[in-house]
Amino acid sequence: MPTIELRNISNYVFSNLNMKVFDGELLVFLGPNGAGKTTLLNIIAGLVDYKGTVLFDGVPVDKKPTNERQIGYLFQNLALFPHLDVASNVGYSLRIRGKKKEEIAQEVDELLKLMRIEHLKQRYPKNLSGGEKQRVALARALATSPRVLLLDEPFNSLDNGMCKCLRREIRQIQRKMGITTVFVTHNLADAEEMGDRIVVLNEGKIKQVTSKMFNDAMDNGNRAQRFQDCLHCTVDCYCKRSKSKEGDYESVDSPACRM
Amino acid sequence: MKIKSVLVGMLPVIGFVIIWESIAQLKLVPKYIFPSFSAVMIEFYHLAVSGVLLDNLLSSLFRVLAGFLLGSTAGIVVGIGMGSKESVNKSFHPIFSLLYPIPALGWAPLLMVWIGINDLLPVALIFLCSFFPVLYNTITGIKSVDREVIKAARTLGASDGKILTTVILPLAIPNIFTGLRLEAGMAWRVVIAAEMVAIPTGIGALMIRSESLLRMDVIIVCLMVLSVMCLASERFFQFAEKRFTNGWR
Repeated sequence: MPTIELRNISNYVFSNLNMKVFDGELLVFLGPNGAGKTTLLNIIAGLVDYKGTVLFDGVPVDKKPTNERQIGYLFQNLALFPHLDVASNVGYSLRIRGKKKEEIAQEVDELLKLMRIEHLKQRYPKNLSGGEKQRVALARALATSPRVLLLDEPFNSLDNGMCKCLRREIRQIQRKMGITTVFVTHNLADAEEMGDRIVVLNEGKIKQVTSKMFNDAMDNGNRAQRFQDCLHCTVDCYCKRSKSKEGDYESVDSPACRM
Repeated sequence: MKIKSVLVGMLPVIGFVIIWESIAQLKLVPKYIFPSFSAVMIEFYHLAVSGVLLDNLLSSLFRVLAGFLLGSTAGIVVGIGMGSKESVNKSFHPIFSLLYPIPALGWAPLLMVWIGINDLLPVALIFLCSFFPVLYNTITGIKSVDREVIKAARTLGASDGKILTTVILPLAIPNIFTGLRLEAGMAWRVVIAAEMVAIPTGIGALMIRSESLLRMDVIIVCLMVLSVMCLASERFFQFAEKRFTNGWR
């Protein structure tokens, strides 16, 4: 899986942004609304205009259209095809590549099994719950055998329990497949649990980078304390988060957490 | 349950027929002005058996099918172009915006001179009547497709052509069918009007001939046939739309 490198990226949000995502790494961009998180994913995907260079494994992909970049993109609103059932949604990328029906069916079955949604095969998106839609969208993104996986706040509309469950599952799948992954969120709990490295982004600028290795080296005190220590003062607001339950954090979009 | 709801729907129709027949039997108005329901049904039988009704119906049906098929196909094709390419939309939008408000029958005097009084006239009028609404419904359908879904298809490796055929058009189908359904009924209204003023064959021509002979029973038979054909056309597109979008809407 490739290393992603962003060199001197500029557009309506960013000004000379430089960043590197390592091979097989899960990098989290954490920041409030308007920080430029989704725009960054769209730049990597080639969905918006930008100046600068995006490199996959040292090779510029700026001239490549989105459909040739071999990416898997999990959109914030999931963007499932409403006119296709689950099996057809997941098999869409295989079908348009002209694969044989039997091969498509086999690969779709494997992905549905991996995501534990085999029983939903014939259902349409309108008949799925939030968590089920999430799994279908992830299976669809993985069906392309992507070199890079982009996840745009995928847990926004889910309850806490479902969030924790999916975070764990996505992490396991990402590790198993070793896909270089960029995950953007405004939720500190998502960032902490998912990321190998966490990049704090605000108003199009990188404010802080912290790595899992550093976090893990800290004592086993509560997670809130750990983050208070390791994140820069620009994210001090995070520490004002609610501690009513362990692992529950306020979103960085809450008034108390504006950067 | 279904039989019950059908029966409930039939009650007003049956009531209407009973009132109609009763008023006609009172003979307050001469029967050539206000024929009874039974007289109309008898005339329907005669027209059907003699083949007069079928001949005229087929003439009208042919014109409707030809005009509607050409008009709606052109509307869908141009609509796809305008809906998916902003440059095409910008080029054609001003001229179509000016032409759209003109009622189809408003073109009749001009077309009578340009193409003459023949079978092409109602076909051309139905073409104009179908083209614009189908065009605008197709554009609306295409433009209302969620942009995120299109982006998703692109990230999954789909080219512009594939996105159009596998995502945009299937999702625009409900809007396109709304245009087709509404205009299928309208095409029948236009063909009747065109036949009344210009063409010697068809249901409209039969009506206008009957009017000069004071044959109200024949006119009512024609109106009944027209009503059934409009309804059948709309129902056909309703059925087709359901078949195409079954499950996901």
